[in-house]
Amino acid sequence: MPYDEALERFEPVLGLETHVELGTASKMFCGCPTTFGAPPNTHVCPVCLALPGALPTANAAAIEATIRIGLALNCSIAEWCRFARKNYFYPDMPKNYQISQYDEPLCFDGYLDVEVNGEVVRVEIERVHLEEDTGKSTHVGGATGRIHGADYSIVDYNRAGIPLVEIVTKPIPGTDRLAPEVARAYGTELRELVRGLGVSDVRMEEGSMRFDVNVSLMPRGSSEWGTRTETKNVNSLRSVERAVRGEIERQAAVLAGGGRIIQETRHFHEDTGSTTPGRSKEEAQDYRYFPEPDLVPIAPDPAWVAELKASLPELPGARRKRLQREWGVSDLDMQSMHNADAIDLVEATVAAGAPPADARKWWMGELARRANEAGVPLRELRITPDEIARVCAMVAGGALNDKLARQVLEGVLNGEGTPDEVVAARGLQIVNDEGELSAIIDQVLAGNADAADKVRGGKIAAVGALVGGVMKASRGKADAGRARELILEKLGVSE
Amino acid sequence: MSLTHKTAAELGALIASGEVSAVEVAQAHLDRIAAVEPQVNAFLHVDAETTLEQARTVDARRAAGERLGPLAGVPIAHKDVFTTADMPTTAGSKILEGWRPPYDATVTRRLREAGLVILGKTNLDEFAMGSSTENSAYGPTRNPWDLSRIPGGSSGGSSAAVAAYEAPLSTGTDTGGSIRQPAAVTGIVGMKPTYGGSSRYGLIAFASSLDTPGPFARNVMDAALLQEAFSGHDPLDSTSIDAPVPSVVEAARQGDVAGLRIGVVKEFGGEGYQPGVLARFHETVELLESLGAKVVEVSCPSFTVALPAYYLIAPSECSSNLARFDAMRYGLRVGDDGTRSAEEVMALTRAAGFGPEVKRRIILGTYALSSGYYDAYYGQAQKVRTLIARDFEAAFGQVDVLVSPTTPTTAFPIGERADDPMAMYLADLCTIPANMAGNAAISVPCGLADEDGLPVGLQIMAPVLGDDRCYRVAAAVENALESRWGGALLSKAPAL
Repeated sequence: MPYDEALERFEPVLGLETHVELGTASKMFCGCPTTFGAPPNTHVCPVCLALPGALPTANAAAIEATIRIGLALNCSIAEWCRFARKNYFYPDMPKNYQISQYDEPLCFDGYLDVEVNGEVVRVEIERVHLEEDTGKSTHVGGATGRIHGADYSIVDYNRAGIPLVEIVTKPIPGTDRLAPEVARAYGTELRELVRGLGVSDVRMEEGSMRFDVNVSLMPRGSSEWGTRTETKNVNSLRSVERAVRGEIERQAAVLAGGGRIIQETRHFHEDTGSTTPGRSKEEAQDYRYFPEPDLVPIAPDPAWVAELKASLPELPGARRKRLQREWGVSDLDMQSMHNADAIDLVEATVAAGAPPADARKWWMGELARRANEAGVPLRELRITPDEIARVCAMVAGGALNDKLARQVLEGVLNGEGTPDEVVAARGLQIVNDEGELSAIIDQVLAGNADAADKVRGGKIAAVGALVGGVMKASRGKADAGRARELILEKLGVSE
Repeated sequence: MSLTHKTAAELGALIASGEVSAVEVAQAHLDRIAAVEPQVNAFLHVDAETTLEQARTVDARRAAGERLGPLAGVPIAHKDVFTTADMPTTAGSKILEGWRPPYDATVTRRLREAGLVILGKTNLDEFAMGSSTENSAYGPTRNPWDLSRIPGGSSGGSSAAVAAYEAPLSTGTDTGGSIRQPAAVTGIVGMKPTYGGSSRYGLIAFASSLDTPGPFARNVMDAALLQEAFSGHDPLDSTSIDAPVPSVVEAARQGDVAGLRIGVVKEFGGEGYQPGVLARFHETVELLESLGAKVVEVSCPSFTVALPAYYLIAPSECSSNLARFDAMRYGLRVGDDGTRSAEEVMALTRAAGFGPEVKRRIILGTYALSSGYYDAYYGQAQKVRTLIARDFEAAFGQVDVLVSPTTPTTAFPIGERADDPMAMYLADLCTIPANMAGNAAISVPCGLADEDGLPVGLQIMAPVLGDDRCYRVAAAVENALESRWGGALLSKAPAL
């Protein structure tokens, strides 16, 4: 059912579960390194392979990082809590149970304010808890890449035991037609918050931040929530938005056709933006949670927690407000920088000496366009804020105009060196030599007698075509302002 | 006296003084093993060359002038649930047949560093689940006192090896009595240290909140020397206690009970207990009184429900602990013929690899943890556990140690209880409370039952981290009884 029609008939209730891989040096319960991309099964030991007799010991840095996330999300911190075992058999889970937390999360009852279309939506946080990641299965052969129908499967346990923080919202009602945008804004805000704390690199494309999206619908006017579905492992912010939208459309169609929603997990398909059924909760496993007897309870010292709270960095919302004031930009501009994940980059560029307006113009214009073309996140372009600031300085100093500056950026992105090296190598300085410029102008005036006559006759607007001719003849290197002055002077016209 | 019949302390001194070499001592024990193993079957793995190589290393370290501990060069047998980097480790199960661990358990490693020489790995009830060693996938071990009887369990290979003079020392694990009960029925000393006092790292888990590594020896001092050699905080075990522990060797040397308050647990005795066991127990209590101890009766009402609570908690934990045996990374793999799913291979492997008692407990534990049953079973059992700890606490407000028979009966015949799990479980009636509360407890020989001439054990229970009290009282009992008997109780055992 089309989205608008779905929203006329139903109201959505959202819920989001976010998994964040922490950037600790070692795994959650052993000393193995956590670096991404190592050859398979090289970051493993008796503990994370679950060899007989091996025991876990909890990573204190991971506990601290989780508490800091909880504090940044305005949560209460448990004075005493335990890990729990979540029991189920799966080949990529070495112990066939996951050490997680069940009814005693480390952090609980918080909130995160997010902004959508200038309006603040408070998303309440149910819990933040700590657990371990599983290994990674690759299913070889078969059509779907899933385990069913595969010829064989191989498992890489490098990821097994990497600390994972799970952040669970309370149900979010009342978002109405903005549900997809609220979901995305929450994801964006959370990513920035986690990154600001320095506890994870939150690289979504490497899976270090992933979302499970819960959606249910209720008929307009009803106050009783409908049955929800859980779309697993949605791996980009854009996908979060699309998954919510797609699931609202799908559920609305089912309900409008007299069907009922089955409580189940669903898979999201990047290509179509739709979801397909996974495992039904009705045949779901009984995880047989019980307190993990191999680990002593966690009892964070309240004085230490207070210290952590006092030393939290400025949180993203407050920081955006401050930067917006300092930069003097509109709400809309700030929001679009936020959505484009450009705030850090602009801030660093300003810190390197660029005027805020110029820094924003380049990141949100030329560079955003190029990132989009290359299909990479803005922050992964091969250019630094310092380099952008240098280009801005050259433009301000008159050495470059915008057109030349774009060519410099292109050169830097191509790996041709620093902005100065690109300018030198490509010969991109503005033509400031009056003699050379004068010669070019004479040539242009000679070839455009009609336009020259019009200007002489008082139609000063016609000078634009002549300036354009000069720019073209100089291959963009002329200073357009100076060229205009000289043309008018030569034609004996004054403004 | 032959080298195999000396105490560990004596052997350590002889090797230290250079009168004998570690190699000679190891060879004497290997010869004894070769001679009596066909009757006893205490070992699952013996590898003379690996053993002699270790002994040669100790001799070389000593020759190089290295200062070594009191047990350097003394042989030891490890229960086959401790991982050993140079020997296979099976936990008595088919599912781990031939598995060679890439690492040493902390207990193994510390004893290796202290210079003890590993003779081999001893038999046990599969995954330490049982009280008779009949649940081993590799055949039962026999009691050296009477080869038709069980050596106790689950650490029956370790108790039999020491009682049969195949090893002066051995390690065991005690989850519900698996050290104390085998020690009692083979006439030797067995100690369950305070939970957290000895590291579980590298011990193949049965029930994590209960499993406790501990020593077997033929006398109290040897047990203390062994415990001291492997104890102490281990950063690899989160539940390991990081606190100073009183010296158990010093306590074993003291061996005096004058002025000590001793509580007799009222709930342990009477119906279901063998008369000869009760007779020796009461005599020993009188002996303690005659040595200057003040004896009172203490009631611990919750101890009577310790056994059923234990049989919910231990299986619950084991159902999760044993999930890792899934044919994916190590051990047995059944049915992997290219047509079956991973799930089917897991199921076929576990069906073929686990014995009936292990399956019984996995099913029991899976059920007890299930949604809708958790509160009624696992939750209730944890409450009982709290009550037991409170009973101990109250008791230790009145007395310094508690005593009881270690087991209700002497060693029973092989096969007698094999088909009756409830009867088998009752063997641990008196030992389970100390596991549930994490206390220290020891079993020391206190005589032979009149009706069958088989050994009886006295259990001495002390508070958490009160291990020294166990040794102090056990040493006093041992001194007094050995002077009465004219030697160790074990000297009355028939020669093999």
